[in-house]
Amino acid sequence: MSHHIVEFRDVKFRYPDGTSALNGISFRIIHGESVGLAGANGAGKTTLLMNLNGQLLPTGGVVSIGEVPLCGKTRQEIRKKVGLVFQRSDDQLFMPTVYEDVAFGPINLGLSQEMIDERVKDALETVGCLHLSQRPPHRLSEGQKTSVAIATVMAMNPDILVMDEPASNLDPKSRRKLINLLKGFRHTKIVASHDLDLILDVCERCIIIRDGRVVADGPTEEVLCNESILQENNLELPLSRQKR
Amino acid sequence: MTFDTEFFNIGYLDSLSYKDTFIHNLDPRIKLIVSFIFVICVVSFPKYELSGLVPFFAYPVFLLAAGDIPARIIAKKIIYISPFAVFIGIFNPLLDTGVLISPFGVPVSGGWLSFFSILMKFVLTVSTALLLIASTSFPGLCEALEKLKFPRVFVIQLLFLYRYLFVLLEEALRMVRARQARSFGQRGKDIKTFVRLISVLLVRTVERAERIYQAMLSRGFRGEIRLVKRYSLRVPDVLFASSAILLFFIFRKYTIVTMLGGILEKVLG
Repeated sequence: MSHHIVEFRDVKFRYPDGTSALNGISFRIIHGESVGLAGANGAGKTTLLMNLNGQLLPTGGVVSIGEVPLCGKTRQEIRKKVGLVFQRSDDQLFMPTVYEDVAFGPINLGLSQEMIDERVKDALETVGCLHLSQRPPHRLSEGQKTSVAIATVMAMNPDILVMDEPASNLDPKSRRKLINLLKGFRHTKIVASHDLDLILDVCERCIIIRDGRVVADGPTEEVLCNESILQENNLELPLSRQKR
Repeated sequence: MTFDTEFFNIGYLDSLSYKDTFIHNLDPRIKLIVSFIFVICVVSFPKYELSGLVPFFAYPVFLLAAGDIPARIIAKKIIYISPFAVFIGIFNPLLDTGVLISPFGVPVSGGWLSFFSILMKFVLTVSTALLLIASTSFPGLCEALEKLKFPRVFVIQLLFLYRYLFVLLEEALRMVRARQARSFGQRGKDIKTFVRLISVLLVRTVERAERIYQAMLSRGFRGEIRLVKRYSLRVPDVLFASSAILLFFIFRKYTIVTMLGGILEKVLG
């Protein structure tokens, strides 16, 4: 299944103002893998995610999604494969009702009305929010908004699910629900978060970046229990691994 | 009146529009058209008309009752904006002093008549507009506008306005609270900080717009937004529209109050 492979080869990205956010990142994520992305504030996590579906185009190196190199021409196709859940759900949900928001992607894919309806219902059911479908987004709680934001992406049937800080605004119970939800997905997953316990629960592999470079890449248990690496990156042992 | 209470006020009018009553379930197109015809009928009366306007109060009262909308909130809003209408008509009694009628021997000038006529027309039209908004969800209203061939760009703009009005207000609310928490009632530099607050809000809005645009792009946006169809014309819609328009026509054509008076006189006499 070569078409779900995410590969970064020496990717560099420099913002127009001169800040270089990525300084040669390389990794390869195979089909079905779930990968956590950790690092200090400003390490380049969000920039990396933006480079994944062509919101930003790398200024050096190659990003390829399923063997297709990312460039201006291919980014529309790549966006169909890579579902990106934004950090702030208010940015993600822009339509007047939950239903329309979830339907936005499928409509743009050019599906028939019945297919759209089916996709929307399936996606909302998966995240347990079918009863909210007629509500306007500003009448949802943070947890509900996050779930719906995930549904908007699920409805497009992406091969790769990418999330930026999915649990940052959730209460513990909603967070646990989200973790269970993510565990249930068989997609390739890439989750950027400071919540190391979430990464520990959801991802089998973890990449730590600092100053736009990969400083650790390996099985989550190994990487997130290596105290020296964690300390150098403004991180701490996951709570569940701390001795009291 | 603080920012907080105003914020929740807007939210209240919005939450009213999601009730489940006969009025709320009508096709928004019908409500829009009927309300429009209502407004046309009301403003088409000559400037000294008073008694002919009275029967028209039946429509807002019906909306109020059947839509289960608290009269207080509508009345409050009407009073807030009433100065506009009052100032339009306030000089009429001074300029137009010719006596037109003298009921019970009290001479009433044309100026006073037209002043009250303006006020009545104001209350009728504004309350109907408010009730239309309070009984129709905003997306429903936008759908109606789109079906009635309003320019799409305009409709989409309205939808985005509705979606982000609350987000933006919340953002402003947080900033105002943050300022209050550290200004300890000091007022001296208010304007300066206010200008900064506004400019920061603008910058944040621009940044948010960028993020929203990216979110749209990543879900395949190519410059067109298609809306989902929510309403279709049903029998109650047609019944409501035809009976309402028929009544408006009767109210406009015949002066019901005078006729009722005539009947009463006959019965009593």
